[in-house]
Amino acid sequence: MDIDPATSIARFENVGLRYGLGPEVLQDVTFELKPGSYHFLVGPSGAGKSSLLKLTYLAHRPSRGLMHLFGRDIATTPRENLPALRRSIGVVFQEYRLLQHLSTFDNVALPLRVAGMREPDIKHHVEELLVWVGLQDHMNARPPTLSGGQKQRASIARAVIARPSLLMADEPTGNVDERMGYRLMHLFEELNKLGTTVVVATHNEAMVRELGHPVMRIENGTLNVTPGTKAQNGRAL
Amino acid sequence: MMFSRRTDLPLDKDPLSHFLPWLIAFMVYLAALAQAGLISLDVLAQRWDTGMAAQLTVQIPSDPDASEAANVRRLQKALNMISNTPGVVHTAVVSEAKVLQLLSPWLGVVQAADVPLPRLIDVETDPDMQLDVRILQQKLSSTIPGTQVDDHGVWLARLIEMVRTLEVLAAGVLALILSAAMGTVVFTTRTGLTVHHEAIEVLHLTGAQDSYIAKQFAGRAWAMGFKGGIIGLSLALPTLLVLSYVADGLQAGMLPDMSLPLAGWLSLAVLPLAAGLAAGFTARFTVMRNLRRMI
Ligand SMILES: Nc1ncnc2c1ncn2[C@@H]1O[C@H](COP(=O)(O)OP(=O)(O)OP(=O)(O)O)[C@@H](O)[C@H]1O
Ligand SMILES: [Mg+2]
Repeated sequence: MDIDPATSIARFENVGLRYGLGPEVLQDVTFELKPGSYHFLVGPSGAGKSSLLKLTYLAHRPSRGLMHLFGRDIATTPRENLPALRRSIGVVFQEYRLLQHLSTFDNVALPLRVAGMREPDIKHHVEELLVWVGLQDHMNARPPTLSGGQKQRASIARAVIARPSLLMADEPTGNVDERMGYRLMHLFEELNKLGTTVVVATHNEAMVRELGHPVMRIENGTLNVTPGTKAQNGRAL
Repeated sequence: MMFSRRTDLPLDKDPLSHFLPWLIAFMVYLAALAQAGLISLDVLAQRWDTGMAAQLTVQIPSDPDASEAANVRRLQKALNMISNTPGVVHTAVVSEAKVLQLLSPWLGVVQAADVPLPRLIDVETDPDMQLDVRILQQKLSSTIPGTQVDDHGVWLARLIEMVRTLEVLAAGVLALILSAAMGTVVFTTRTGLTVHHEAIEVLHLTGAQDSYIAKQFAGRAWAMGFKGGIIGLSLALPTLLVLSYVADGLQAGMLPDMSLPLAGWLSLAVLPLAAGLAAGFTARFTVMRNLRRMI
């Protein structure tokens, strides 16, 4: 999807979220993701990081507030237009959510198939990326036979394979060793340099400090954004 | 393409999907019988309508007191009158032997001389000419008292009415079978949607349209419906051949040819295809309807 640099990737205004009849998990959340920005999303466990990401990747509707994605008001976007928006968003789920009966190859190929790419092109792209994340020997393995870290890498590969405009990763390095963690973080940095807007939810404070991107912090249901410590690629927040 | 062969969902492993082809096979078997019945009844009714309606039987009582020669003269006179009636194509006197044979169920074995036998004349009319039976009857009975013209109208009308009723019944049975089959497919599909809810959500979040998911269910249902249709039809064919053979045996009597016309056999051959398409479209419709409620 082509994005007008003037419009923001995502814009939340006073967004609230409650699950069912429960208390508000998120209250009056307001922020903006500019094209090409890179944010960390932090906060204690249960603070609502995954919930905020779920709203943004359109897995859940907000209970109140205004939500724009790629310049469109989500509340008034008809349901049949959501798939096109979702194809511009890559998601690394906290629980991976790989399809258990599909091989690593087929799991990673999914976004391309959904988008209608031809099989020969799919094969080329998927194999290349699987080599890059070190899963070339596990292409035909199914998720139940993969280690936690391998599943995480497969899930990251699936999130980035279709070159999304917005990449949302929910604790993407929780299960890999430090070396692989940095390698994956490097992948996100590279994608960000190519223009992808990135949000990474993490508990790894050391990495947050080291990389120096702006930080969105959720605490007690409210969100605060602190600017990054180093110059952002593109614009400063 | 409405149906997809590739699938991202493990639909083959659904417990119900092993069951469905056999259920459909059973229904296609019943449908084949109902449809064959419907078609042969229709053929039967049509033949009676066009063929039998163009036939009259004229019955001339014999006068036991008159001489043999006088009786023959009367018969000849009647024949002349009938043949000269506009719309009559052919007349034939039924032989005494045949009359005896026709009467034997009622009279037992009798000799021609024992009873005064009526003489029968088979009259074939031009169906397009609408010969008026009542005028013919009046004309004949004024010259030869006691003559009866029977156009089979009443009993033919009743028979045709009965056949039409049977046809409506057969069509009703077909409709019931179809709705039962579609109900089964709806149920299986809904179960599949529940079982694969998690995977379907991932597909949605990856940007899949509902139709992308529906195609996979439809492709599966189509394959199962077609497979079931083939099984059902291959079970129904021997049954139908036996029935057709039995009907051929009956044909010697009063029944017209009961066997299935070629078009009938062809329409049966289409059944597996129809079963597959019905299953596929039902699955597709079910998925599209149910997914609309998802985010
Ligand atoms: N589907 C749900 N239904 C009801 N409550 C939910 C649901 N998902 C999350 N919650 C609640 O919302 C709150 C925020 O959960 P969330 O998963 O967003 O936290 P998190 O910040 O991602 O935590 P963690 O760091 O442990 O992953 C929690 O109190 C949780 O119990
Ligand atoms: Mg979480």
